[in-house]
Amino acid sequence: MARTATAPGAPTTRLGKTALEVDDRLIVAGPLRRTLNKVFPDHWSFLLGEIALYSFIILLLTGTYLTFFFQASMTEVVYDGSYAPLRGLDMSIAYASTLDISFDVRGGLLIRQMHHWAALLFVASIVVHMLRIFFTGAFRRPRETNWLIGVALLVLALVEGMTGYTMPDDLLSGTGLRIISAIILSIPVIGTWAHWAVFGGDYVGELIVGRFYIVHVLLIPAILLGLIALHLLILVKQKHTQFPGPGRTEHNVVGNRLFPTFAGKATGLLLVVFGVVAALGGLVQINPVWLWGPYNPAQVSAASQPDWYVMFLDGSTRLFPAWDIYLPGNYNIPALFWPTLVLPGILFTLLMAYPVIERKLTGDTASHHLLQRPRDVPVRTSLGVMAISFYLVLLLSGGNDVIADKFDISLNAMTWIGRIGLLIVPPIAYVLTYRICLGLQQHDREVLEHGIETGVIRRLPHGEFIEVHQPLGPVDEHGHGQLAYGGAPVPKKMNQVGGARRAIRGFFSPIEEPTAVELEQRGEDRGLAPAEPQRELTTSGRPAEGGRPAEGGRPSEGGRPSEGGRPQEPRD
Amino acid sequence: MTTHDTRPGSTGGADTPGPLYGGPDDDYTPEQLAALPREELDRLGARYDGVEILHVEPGPEPGSPLEKRAVRQVGLLFGLAGLCAFAFVVVYAGAGWFLPDWQWELGSSSFSVLYTPLLGLLMALAFTFFGVGLVLYTKKLLPHETAVQDKHDGSHFDRVTTGATLVGGLHNSGLKRRKLITGSLAFMGGGLGLMLLAPLGGLIKDPNEGDPLGTTEWAEGVRLVRDDGTPVRPGDQEPGSLETVFPAVPEGNRLADAATMLIRLRPAQLEQAVPRSGQEDFGYGDYVAYSKICTHAGCPVSLYEQETSRILCPCHQSQFDVTQGAKPIFGPATRSLPQLPITVDDEGFFVARSDYIEAVGPTYWNRERI
Repeated sequence: MARTATAPGAPTTRLGKTALEVDDRLIVAGPLRRTLNKVFPDHWSFLLGEIALYSFIILLLTGTYLTFFFQASMTEVVYDGSYAPLRGLDMSIAYASTLDISFDVRGGLLIRQMHHWAALLFVASIVVHMLRIFFTGAFRRPRETNWLIGVALLVLALVEGMTGYTMPDDLLSGTGLRIISAIILSIPVIGTWAHWAVFGGDYVGELIVGRFYIVHVLLIPAILLGLIALHLLILVKQKHTQFPGPGRTEHNVVGNRLFPTFAGKATGLLLVVFGVVAALGGLVQINPVWLWGPYNPAQVSAASQPDWYVMFLDGSTRLFPAWDIYLPGNYNIPALFWPTLVLPGILFTLLMAYPVIERKLTGDTASHHLLQRPRDVPVRTSLGVMAISFYLVLLLSGGNDVIADKFDISLNAMTWIGRIGLLIVPPIAYVLTYRICLGLQQHDREVLEHGIETGVIRRLPHGEFIEVHQPLGPVDEHGHGQLAYGGAPVPKKMNQVGGARRAIRGFFSPIEEPTAVELEQRGEDRGLAPAEPQRELTTSGRPAEGGRPAEGGRPSEGGRPSEGGRPQEPRD
Repeated sequence: MTTHDTRPGSTGGADTPGPLYGGPDDDYTPEQLAALPREELDRLGARYDGVEILHVEPGPEPGSPLEKRAVRQVGLLFGLAGLCAFAFVVVYAGAGWFLPDWQWELGSSSFSVLYTPLLGLLMALAFTFFGVGLVLYTKKLLPHETAVQDKHDGSHFDRVTTGATLVGGLHNSGLKRRKLITGSLAFMGGGLGLMLLAPLGGLIKDPNEGDPLGTTEWAEGVRLVRDDGTPVRPGDQEPGSLETVFPAVPEGNRLADAATMLIRLRPAQLEQAVPRSGQEDFGYGDYVAYSKICTHAGCPVSLYEQETSRILCPCHQSQFDVTQGAKPIFGPATRSLPQLPITVDDEGFFVARSDYIEAVGPTYWNRERI
């Protein structure tokens, strides 16, 4: 357009001119500004989901690399690679190519181990991220959809992990595959048909590694990618939750803008996650398939354990009693069916339905953007800890043979400990957590009412000793604080309310002038005062005098409906 | 509204651009914007995005010791990251060129043992130094600002107008009245859906054809051979020992369901032995043969503790007593391990008298019926 050449404010630098050229064609300045200005709240626990995202990126990158060398074929060949102990043995091409990746591809072992470690980290960070969401109530309206997507992502990640575990076709993964086959067979009515559909016939056949391979590298990753994109889209659209605190309301987000602060920190985290996975992949051996040997249906090694995220199902399988159900007509439901398919079915259904269940039980249908502290919702917190304890008993039972071996306990005793523990540990966990939540709440209330314990003991004229308390706010005639309980952290130490100066920086020698620090602190004290009006945010949502430019200003044009002068809704 | 449209873009009127930007471009002329300093522009734009910058704590003063120190730290970390990354490339590419060979041989204790750890360490250090440097940069050198962004609830206006458009479109389609169309659409949808799913039928196979789950390669007169293919004589095993045997058929030791444990009982075990009813003659002398495939989840049961006569499955710890017809006595398994009826042929080698009389391996829905 002609106006660009002479208009005031036209760019003079080369970069600015390029930017103008780009925006003239794509009109991205508006959306880009909205993106850069997006505010993200600052709390360490909000980074857990990011760790999952970054490990997924690692999985995509390393996984793609591995596909250059891996051959998902069960055709038998005689190994002729550089790992001498297995040379001359019959094995599948899948196993042989895994050995090649480990021994004959330069740097292949590093990438393979990084892939496996990233997979473990991926599931782990999803689980921890979900725990954060659960215990802070971030799944409540309007975020139920994202909770559902999250559970779906977790389930898909487990299936993805299991199919990946099967790929190398070594003795350990073959044992896992054999159990998967038995689980499919155990489904009532359609079990054998399902098995024939999945394996293309009786166990093991020639197809399963190839089929699992395409599921592992194409089907599930594509669904994962789509769901992750949706997950993030909804997150951006709904904006992040935040913990309650000064100036934080249900109608705003307080934090850093995306650019540059949040982008800097997020990229830093991405790199650190990459670094941790690279360190694990290089320094900590994982799944040394060459030690297990090729799969042979007649062989097994002791302490055959799945990856950690399937161990809870292994545990449930070990603990479940030997209860086949015989039905009339000589049909039966195998015992294996309950702990491996019914139990996870129930667990994941409960997990998915939890937002709805809680909404029904509490009658709370309002939208929430402020998080809750676990102690303020004792029932939910206790339910969560109960579920975790249930899960942990199963998880530990998945390795009960190793525990029995290392600690010299009877294996059968370990099984019984697991069976009994599964029934009695969760209720105990519930009760204990409930009491702890109430106790923590009580202490917060006590500090709000009586103030912080200063550690100063005073003797009264009649001889009584009292500890002086520092009230947190105005007090009534009895000396009781008048601050209401708000579900936000309460300072418990004098230092947290400025009882002490901050330490002078410097490790071996001070790197700043003590007097300068003192001056700075006085400045900060003064700085607090003007910050006070922020508190009004709790009622109005934004400072009244800050004002939006041209409030009510845009004239309506050419029959275009007026938006009442409001700037356009940010299109995230 | 007239039929003669004069708005831009239509052929009837002059093709002049309308108010292209609207909104803020009406409020702020380019001259006004040019007069504003950059910080003001930043805040102005932010305000339009519903973002208010409340408080900015500037970074360290330029030239101050604090800044110099932070810059030194960040620069050092970035430098180290670069160093490690280059070192990675040198180790990766240099191995086998000017460095020793990277390929590991059994028993070698040289550079090749350290190759993968070294690569991992260098890559990890490069990423981590870079990441930590970036975080330090953000924390120590960038101004810290506290910003507040508004969160909007849905707009009533948007809902009503969008609803009107949607309902209007549906109304115009007349689908509510034109029952034939909705009916045929539903019919077609069902058909198309089934058509798209139908090719999956290629996956379906009949699992009952030939009863592959209920039968194995064992049959009358098939010799019991070891993994290396050698046949077994009654005198070959010590009392109390176990040997895994396979049917003497091609690739017999690779079959998924044929692996069998040939166990020679000790005299004491033989005295206590209580075979399953109807299977008293399945053994041969002090020898018994049981399927190695666990009846629980199909793992090979392998751990034989002959003092207690127990066989343990390492997958889920089912335990079977070989003196009681391999009955499960602990753990999740529900069925005894099937017993292979054995005898000795003319040459004195062990042979099967028939196939297993029941299905080996994990239980399934109609196992009892076959």
